[in-house]
Amino acid sequence: MLGKLTLDALKHDEIVMFGVFTMVGAGVLAIILLTYFKKWKWLWKEWITSLDPKKIGVMYILVALLMLFKGIFDTGLLRVQQATSVGSSQGILSADHFQQVFSAHGTIMIFFVAMGLMFGLINLVVPLQIGARDVAFPFLNSISFWLFFAGMMLVNISLAIGEFSAAGWLAYPPLSELAYSPGVGVDYWIWSLQIAGIGSLLSGVNFITTILRMRCPGMKLMRMPLFCWSVLGSMTLVVFAFPILTVTLALLALDRTFGMHFFTSTFGGNPMMYVNLIWAWGHPEVYILILPAFGVFSEIVATFSKKRLFGYKYMVYAIIAITILSYLVWLHHFFTMGAGSNVNSFFGIMTMIIAIPTGVKVFNWLFTMYRGRVWFATPMLWFLGFVFTFTIGGVTGVLMAVPPIDFQLHNSLFLVAHFHNMVIGGVVFGYLAALTYWFPKFFGFRLNETLGKYSFWFWIFGFAFAFLPLYALGIMGATRRLNHYDASQGWQQLFIVAAFGVLLIMIGIGFMVLQYIVSIIQRKKNIDNTGDPWDARNLEWSTASPVPFYNFAKTPIVRGRNAWWEMKQSKIRFDAPIEYDKIVLPKNTPFGFYIGMLALFFGFAVIWHILWLVIVCFLAIISLIVIRSNNDDTEYVVPGKVIEKIEKANRFKAQAS
Amino acid sequence: MNNEAVALNSAEILEQENTNKTMFGFWLYLMTDCVLFAVLFATYAVLHKNTFGGPGGAEIFNMPYILVETMLLLTSSFTCGLAMLAVHKKQRKALLIALAITFGLGLAFLSMELFEFRHLVVEGNSWTRSAFLSSYFTLVGTHGLHITVGLFWLATLGYQIFKNGLKQHAVKRLGLFSLFWHFLDIIWIFIFTVVYLMGVS
Repeated sequence: MLGKLTLDALKHDEIVMFGVFTMVGAGVLAIILLTYFKKWKWLWKEWITSLDPKKIGVMYILVALLMLFKGIFDTGLLRVQQATSVGSSQGILSADHFQQVFSAHGTIMIFFVAMGLMFGLINLVVPLQIGARDVAFPFLNSISFWLFFAGMMLVNISLAIGEFSAAGWLAYPPLSELAYSPGVGVDYWIWSLQIAGIGSLLSGVNFITTILRMRCPGMKLMRMPLFCWSVLGSMTLVVFAFPILTVTLALLALDRTFGMHFFTSTFGGNPMMYVNLIWAWGHPEVYILILPAFGVFSEIVATFSKKRLFGYKYMVYAIIAITILSYLVWLHHFFTMGAGSNVNSFFGIMTMIIAIPTGVKVFNWLFTMYRGRVWFATPMLWFLGFVFTFTIGGVTGVLMAVPPIDFQLHNSLFLVAHFHNMVIGGVVFGYLAALTYWFPKFFGFRLNETLGKYSFWFWIFGFAFAFLPLYALGIMGATRRLNHYDASQGWQQLFIVAAFGVLLIMIGIGFMVLQYIVSIIQRKKNIDNTGDPWDARNLEWSTASPVPFYNFAKTPIVRGRNAWWEMKQSKIRFDAPIEYDKIVLPKNTPFGFYIGMLALFFGFAVIWHILWLVIVCFLAIISLIVIRSNNDDTEYVVPGKVIEKIEKANRFKAQAS
Repeated sequence: MNNEAVALNSAEILEQENTNKTMFGFWLYLMTDCVLFAVLFATYAVLHKNTFGGPGGAEIFNMPYILVETMLLLTSSFTCGLAMLAVHKKQRKALLIALAITFGLGLAFLSMELFEFRHLVVEGNSWTRSAFLSSYFTLVGTHGLHITVGLFWLATLGYQIFKNGLKQHAVKRLGLFSLFWHFLDIIWIFIFTVVYLMGVS
C-alpha cells in the first residue's frame, strides 16, 4: 500500500529533528495566521490561481528567499563541522549526515535560490521592459511556477520523511547507483530536479516567445534593454541545455528503478558518460544564472551613472558570444578524466576565450561610470562589490582552465572558493541588487537604504573571510567535501576564519530581513508616487508604482534605446490618450496549482515505489490537461472606463507629489 | 502613429498574432524535444557495442517486421497531411476520416513496437541484460511514448472537432498536432537508420 515507506523513515538525529520542527512549526504558524486574519480566500484568488506574471514573479522570489535561509543554515553546519572536526574530535555531524548536508546545500542554492530569483525577476521585469501586458503563454507560466514549487517541496520533505542524497549536488555514478546508494536519498534528488527542471524548460520556451513575439511597436531587437537581451541569451541556453538534464536524470532513474545499465560499472554501463552529460547541461546552467545578472548590472550602472550604457552593441555581441561559447567548455570540469592532452587543450583554450567577452562587459560597465554622475545607492554598491569579487573569481577560473594546474587543484577547496566567487559575487550580488532596484516598482515604496548598506558591507566582508582562506587551504591540499582532518595539517585556523566569514554573511542576511521589515513598517516614509524613483531609463519605469495589473494602459511606441529616458526628455509622458481602449487579459485558473501538486505527489510516489499513487497522479495530470484544453473561455475584458479611472488616480498621485 | 495603434487593436490581427505566437512556441518546444532525442542517440552511439556477452543488434532485429512498422508510420504521416488539406478546404467529414486513419495507423505501429518489445523480453533480452539493450529500449521506447501522447492528443482533437465543428482553436491545434506527428516521423527515420539499418549491417 505504501511501497517502501515505513515508520523508520521518520527517525532522525537531533539536528535534523530541529530542522523538521522549525519547518513544520513555520508551516503551522502560517496556517494559523491565515485562518486568524481570514486570508485564505485572498491567498487563493490573488496569488495561487493568478496568471499575472507580476504575482508569479513575487511568489518565485519569496520561495527563493525562504530557501536561501535553509541553504545558509546548511552552510553554517558545514563550516562548524570543518572548524571543529579535527584530530580526535569528530565534530557535530556524522559522515553520512555531512554528505547529505553538502548535497542539499548545492542543490538548494542552485536550483531553488538562484533559479528562483532569476525566474522571479524575469517574470517581473521582462514584460514591462518590452512594453507587453503579459507573457506569451500565461497558463504555461503558472504551471512552470508550481512545478518549481513542487520540486522545492520534495527537497524539504526529504528532511522529514526519509533522507536526502549523500552523493553531492550532481550525484556522480557509480556512487549514486542503487548498489552504493540503496536509500531513497538519490531518488529525492532526481525527482525534485526533474520536476523543477521541466518547469524551467517550459519557462525557457515561454520567455523566448515573449521576447521575440511580443515587443511593442518600435522596440527593435537592437533597441531592447540589455536585461532583455541577457534573458534572451539565458533562455536560449535553457531551451538547449535543460533537455540534456531531463534525459540524464531520467537515465539515472531508469538505472535505479528498472535495473538498466546506463551508468553502472557492470553490464557494459559507462559512468563517465554521466559526467559528460551532466556537465553538458551543467556548464550552460552556470551561464543561464549569470547572464541575467549581467543584464541587471547593465541596467543599474546606466541608471545610477545617469549615462547611457557604454558600447551597447558590444554588450549584445558579448552576450551572444557567451551564449555560444558556454556550450564548448563543459569538459573543463573533468580534465582529470583522461580524455587526452589534445581534447584537454581544446577545452582549456575555449575556457580562456570565454573570459574575453566577459572582460568586455566588465570594462564597458566601468566606462559607463567614467565621467558619469554616479549615485552610490545600494544597488550600485552591489555592483562595485560584484566587480571586485567577480574579477578575483574570473582570474582564478582562467588559472584553472590550464589543464596541468587543474590537475593540482581539481576537487580541492580552491575550486570551491572559485565557483563561490562567481556564483555569490556574480549571481547572488546581481539578484540582490535587482531586488533593491526593482522593489519600488512593484510595491510602491523604496527599501531602507541604511540597512541595505549594512547588509551589503556584511556580505562583502563576510564573503572575503569565508572564501579567501579556502584558496589557501585548497593550495595546501584540502579537498572539497572534507568532514574530518588531522591536526598536524595545520588547517584549523583557516577553517575557523572561514566559519567566521559565514557568520558575517548570516548577519548580512539578518540585516536584509530587517531591511524588509523596517521598510514595510515605514513604507509611508519611502513612498514613491512618481513611478520612477531612480530617474531611470527603460519602459518599466514609465508606469505607475505599484504597476497596475494591465501593465500599460496604452501600448507604448518606442523610438530608440532607453525609451523612457527619451520620453522624459521630450516631455510626452503627460499626453494622456483621449479615450482608453478595452484590454483583454487571461482569467485566473487553479489548474496550474493542481498540476504542480499532482506532480509533487507523483514524485513522492515514484520515490517510495507507491505504484497506485503513481498511476492515479499520472492519469489525473493528463485529465486536467485535456479538460483545460477543452475550455476556450480563458480570457476576460477590462473596459476602458475602469482603466481610465485607475490611470487618472495614478496621475493625480504623481502630480501631487 | 495613431493608425498603427488602431490596427494593432483590431481583433483579427490579435487572433492571427496569437496563432503565430503559439506556432512559434511549439516550434521551440520541438527543438527541445530534438535535443532530448539527440542525447538519447548519443547515449545509444556510446553504448551500442557494450553488449556484455548478450546479443547485439544483428542477432535480435527482425528487419522485414521493422520495415512494415516503418511503412505504417510513414503512411500515417501521409494521411495526417491529407487531414490538413481537408482542414484548408473546410471538409469536416473528410478531415475526420483522415484523422481516424491516422489514429489507426499510429495505433498499429505502437502495437507492433510493443509486441516486438514483449518478444525481446520473453527471449531473455530485456533492458537489464546489457547497456546496449538499456539504451535500445530507452531510445525506441521514448519515441513510442511520444507516439502514445500523440494518439491521446489526436483522440481529444478528433472528439472536439466531432462535437464542436471546425472552430478556430481546433484548427490551430490541428496545425500543432501535424507538426508534432511529422516530427516523430523524422525521428523514426533516424531510429530506423541508426539503430536498425546500421545495427544489422
